[in-house]
Amino acid sequence: MRAPPSGVVGPLASAPRAERRVGESTRVLALAWKDVLVEARTRANFGAVVAFAALMLVLFGFALGPDQEALTQAAAGVLWITVIFSSVLAFGRAYQFELEDGALDVLLLYPGDRRSLFLGKFLGALAFVLAVEAAVVPMAGVLYRLPILGALGRLVPILALGTVGVVALGTFYAGMASRVRAREVLLPLLLFPMLAPLVIAAVKGTHVALVGDPVAAQVNWLGLLAGFDAIFLAAAYLLFGAVLED
Amino acid sequence: MTDREGIAVRREAIVPEWVERSRGSLLGPGPALALFGVAAALFFAGAQWYGLTTLPARDMGDLQKILYVHVPSAWIAFLSFFAVLVAGVWYLSTRSESADRLGASAAEVGTLLNGLVLAQGMIWAKPTWGVWWTWDARLTSTLVLFLVFASYLTLRALVDDRERRARWSAIVGILGALGVPVVYMSVRWWRTLHQVQSTPSTMDPSFALGLRLNAFALLFVGAYLVLLRRRVARVEAAVEAIEDERALNAEATRVR
Repeated sequence: MRAPPSGVVGPLASAPRAERRVGESTRVLALAWKDVLVEARTRANFGAVVAFAALMLVLFGFALGPDQEALTQAAAGVLWITVIFSSVLAFGRAYQFELEDGALDVLLLYPGDRRSLFLGKFLGALAFVLAVEAAVVPMAGVLYRLPILGALGRLVPILALGTVGVVALGTFYAGMASRVRAREVLLPLLLFPMLAPLVIAAVKGTHVALVGDPVAAQVNWLGLLAGFDAIFLAAAYLLFGAVLED
Repeated sequence: MTDREGIAVRREAIVPEWVERSRGSLLGPGPALALFGVAAALFFAGAQWYGLTTLPARDMGDLQKILYVHVPSAWIAFLSFFAVLVAGVWYLSTRSESADRLGASAAEVGTLLNGLVLAQGMIWAKPTWGVWWTWDARLTSTLVLFLVFASYLTLRALVDDRERRARWSAIVGILGALGVPVVYMSVRWWRTLHQVQSTPSTMDPSFALGLRLNAFALLFVGAYLVLLRRRVARVEAAVEAIEDERALNAEATRVR
């Protein structure tokens, strides 16, 4: 039997074997670190997701271009749809490798709050999606001729807050969808309608940051994103125990 | 007692006692269901009479009358989704199966009414605004709500384990309901065309009676359908229990 990919790694690996109390935050970080490490060592998944995102950017270019004006106007929307579609691939996988060899059952046997498992998965997936964005945003900048570097200061907060919301709900629903038949369909079906407000706010905010839009600039899109993140992170954290009861 | 294939099944498992009791009754089981059915029929008759006899509004003619059904349908759809939220919290705190059945029934009725709201809106919008659909704030948030609860129903259809289905449905229902104000606000900031929300206080008093009659009619129809759907859900649960028992006994027969 192969060893399950879970276990005490990263920050805890160097800890002395003696009895000691492990705080929830340590647990969360250990879980996130484990997921990051699995990704870093297999790497194939990250490459595949980035390649998928690049393909989407190119196909959107064919669908909307080559008129530069049309591309510039659509760029913010294209960027976010690309990010969301690519990250759905990542969410499914984050549980997939836990289900192989029954690793999830082992994870659930560890002492401590089940909700730490959510936060750990959340942070791991957040790191993954942010890394994908770090590759995708410059690509979009080149392909669609966007002033990425000049707008970086306004762009980063929008990207960060938007990504937190996508990953929070994505990690949450993947916890259910990955254990159901037809999971490839169910995850987007559950996730996408809930992301409607986030897509609106993130796309408008990105558009204002990149191109400028006097009407959309009147609205506090960052505030809306922050509110969305706060509501759904809290709700997902509180409800996640009930997702993994069996 | 054995079934056709000679597998032992308890008689109580096949026909629950309350199903036997209500068999043959014209108005279905229970006085509540009959009451809601009769009330719905009466209010609908009143609303039809009102709708057909009052003069058409000056600007829109008979078209305006769709509002009498459209607005109350939206109210009762929202009420049903609120019931899904309540049922979700109720289920997670008590694990009562009847909470799950209430949530499932209310979600189905709410989604149905929500779909009707969208269809009625389109019928009205085409001659009035000249388009079937526009990305206006209220239209868009109603559509998002429809999609959220359609995915709730899909989840129910895809999870086989009864306990897990109930638990996950409760969670998805709660999150969906939490999303309503966020969706509503975001879409309003995004775009607004729709006229101010219609309530009896924002419109001419001559409209209010038609609106109120239909609101009650739809409220009773909604309650009637929820009760009826809960009854079907109870039968479904009984069937699932029989199937489980049959599978177990068939296994036992084979082992013997």
